[in-house]
Amino acid sequence: MSTPPTHTTQDTHGTPSSHAAPAPMLGSLGVDSRKLGVWAFIGSETLFFAALITIYLIMAPVNMARSDAQDPKEFLDIAFTSLLAAILLASSLTMVLALAANKRGDTRQFRIWHLATVILGFCFLGGQVYEFNKLLHEGVTLSSSLFGTSFFVLTGFHGTHVAIGAIWLLSTFFKVTKYPDSPENAMDIELAGLYWHFVDLVWVAIFTLIYLI
Amino acid sequence: MAVVERPLGGVTVPKPPETNEYAGWESWLTTVDHKKIGIMYIVGAFVFFLIGGIEALLMRTQLGTPNNTFLTPDVYNQMMTMHGTTMVFLAIMPFNVGIANFVVPLMIGARDMAFPRLNALSIWLFFFGGLMLYFSFMAGGAPAVGWFAYAPLTMKQYSPTFGVDYWIIGLLLTGIASISGSLNFIVTILNMRAPGMTMNRMPLYVWMTLITSFILVFAFPSLTAGQIALLFDRHFDTRFFNPAQGGDAVLWMHLFWFFGHPEVYILILPTMGIVSEVLPTFSRKPIFGYAFVAYSGVAIGFLGFLVWAHHMFGVGLGPLANAFFSGASMLIAIPTGVKIFNWIATMYLGSISLKTPMYYAIGFVSMFIIGGISGITLASPPIDLQQTDSYYVVAHFHYVLFGGSIFGIFAGMHYWFPKITGRMYNETLGKIQFWLTFLSFNITFFPMHITGTNGMPRRIYTYEAGMGWDVYNLISTFGSFLMAFGILVLVWNAITSIRNGPPAPNDPWDGSSLEWSTPSPPPAHNFDTIPIVYSRRPLWDTKYPDLDAAFDIGTKAVSRREKIEQEKARMGELPTESHIHMPSPTYSPLIAAFGILVAGFGAIYISVPFAFIAGLIGLVILGVGIFGWVRDSRRDSPYLVSQH
Repeated sequence: MSTPPTHTTQDTHGTPSSHAAPAPMLGSLGVDSRKLGVWAFIGSETLFFAALITIYLIMAPVNMARSDAQDPKEFLDIAFTSLLAAILLASSLTMVLALAANKRGDTRQFRIWHLATVILGFCFLGGQVYEFNKLLHEGVTLSSSLFGTSFFVLTGFHGTHVAIGAIWLLSTFFKVTKYPDSPENAMDIELAGLYWHFVDLVWVAIFTLIYLI
Repeated sequence: MAVVERPLGGVTVPKPPETNEYAGWESWLTTVDHKKIGIMYIVGAFVFFLIGGIEALLMRTQLGTPNNTFLTPDVYNQMMTMHGTTMVFLAIMPFNVGIANFVVPLMIGARDMAFPRLNALSIWLFFFGGLMLYFSFMAGGAPAVGWFAYAPLTMKQYSPTFGVDYWIIGLLLTGIASISGSLNFIVTILNMRAPGMTMNRMPLYVWMTLITSFILVFAFPSLTAGQIALLFDRHFDTRFFNPAQGGDAVLWMHLFWFFGHPEVYILILPTMGIVSEVLPTFSRKPIFGYAFVAYSGVAIGFLGFLVWAHHMFGVGLGPLANAFFSGASMLIAIPTGVKIFNWIATMYLGSISLKTPMYYAIGFVSMFIIGGISGITLASPPIDLQQTDSYYVVAHFHYVLFGGSIFGIFAGMHYWFPKITGRMYNETLGKIQFWLTFLSFNITFFPMHITGTNGMPRRIYTYEAGMGWDVYNLISTFGSFLMAFGILVLVWNAITSIRNGPPAPNDPWDGSSLEWSTPSPPPAHNFDTIPIVYSRRPLWDTKYPDLDAAFDIGTKAVSRREKIEQEKARMGELPTESHIHMPSPTYSPLIAAFGILVAGFGAIYISVPFAFIAGLIGLVILGVGIFGWVRDSRRDSPYLVSQH
């Protein structure tokens, strides 16, 4: 049993040009594989935060019905956390500007906006440290009430994700700065940005459900 | 025996140079090859399967006679917990992942997984997570809370050893491995298919792996969130699951079973995929109702998220919740039944070749029907309230997990043994082992239906004589030892066949999917030419071009040869590759996984002074691993390579 291959397209498509810009690595779906992976990962993370937020919402009325209740309305400073939310939302804007600047090839603008995103992220984390400290001094701890338990674990894990996102952005910045000609830079920035927007979006959900309502 | 030695249509491109950077055992530690990683998964899973089996034998020895004192209650609880946890997380799941790792890229005509280094990270995290869990025996005692770890038994005052913490972090490590592995499968299957391999031409095993991966990615976070809350309860006196302080023990059950029920589909769906490959091959007939089998899998995956509280009827959630979860559970019987009828219809009028994989596949279908029917009885709350926490439940889930998953895995291991090892297994020993396993399985687990309906509670370490359970328990214990003997025959068959078995041809079973077009075992780059796919059964097309195309729904019969020409004209010009590029072996994923392991030990002892130092050291090692990883990915970048 041996017949020659029945199909060949070598003659029509066989000469890679050495200096042309390389085509993006698109797969069967027409999407970059890494981007598809990050989207699927974000889907998984969504369910992680959905679980933590659900725990908080289930515990909130039980907390209020107990004799050792701590009322979130008494302890949470909405004005201050609104500022934090504004900082984080602004960082999403600067992220978009950084990606756009990179796509234009504007290195200076890219560096400004990308670093601004990281700095805003660290400002948010600083604000959260301040908020946690204040709550601890007012007697809200992990074990003081159901509110303390569910609030610190939820917002603490969100803060951890912000920190990971900021480190991801920072390492992308160093990689892009060190290898400015790498054709993967645009996708590296886009992926870090994708995760960053997701972390911001989670904060929008937390801010609305835990602070405002 | 038909042997395909001719290439499928495609373009021959230069082969990659052989990598000699690492040899011997180092080539395993540094590998990013999906086939080597698959083999490591299968071997690791088999070792854990044997350990979990030994734990089961110890339990059966204890339960063989009433008022036995072979195991103390505490040791019995540890064995029960470790047996369940091991079989679910360290045996069946990695068995499935290992087979899929080896087979899926070959089936879809890819050279490797989408993220080879992430794949390596997964295997090391699975190993480390399993070893960490077993390290608990030396660190004060294994967890003794059941694989479901219900609160408040898991609270520090009731489980004072670090066993539960090892359970949390060990499973967290295997959980990261599972999620990253599933992301890898999702991207690989969606994005790395060979030209012409549309979704509706993928082998059903690939479909089931894709569905399983989606289930896993969405189900595991619930367990992770619950486990983290539990870790905080144990170390920082938070109140999540501690009823004494307003916590909610039922909340843990919801979080656990929201993961735990989809988990049973994670365990069974891949084996349904294996059976959907084995039955058509050995019936020499295409699968009956391809689309129905594929979309029934999707339906099972979707419904699987809506039924978790049928594990909690005993809690008393109220008639409305019970009615909803009971109805949704019974709905799942429809897509499952569709599959079973499709499998039976596939065999109907086929020219059946009774080889060992076929024995196991038929065993799977028949045993799974028994487990499925006892499952439908349990979906009804009044019956469940009678049977819950009895041995009837134990009988039910062993019929679906052993009679189902393990039989399916054994079918797949025999089916792909020639492809994986390059050797044929011994058919006679395979059939002897099948009958041993099949009979002993039923001897062990069928009597549990009776002890259960006679009121014997599960999770007990002993029982009084004269309750009507004595004889059945003795029979079960006898069966379990016979089963262990059957597994020894399997081990013997595998070892002697790998050493001295006759060399396997490329296509020993006259298969229809692409993995049988490669040499046995396949080379590192899988395919000399990336195949082009014109139908659901590309190999049968090239081997039997004059037969009618089985999938043609028009009125006129079309031969496969004609069908291929039509497809070629329809598909037009296809993209081709100019070179074969394979990722380089690297230690980075192993280093990163080791860092996570060290940090994990810090997390287990998180409230112990200075344990955070282990966490910091672990994070530093992880950082080193990631740094090397980024360097590797830059060195291997297809963009940069193509510029040279």
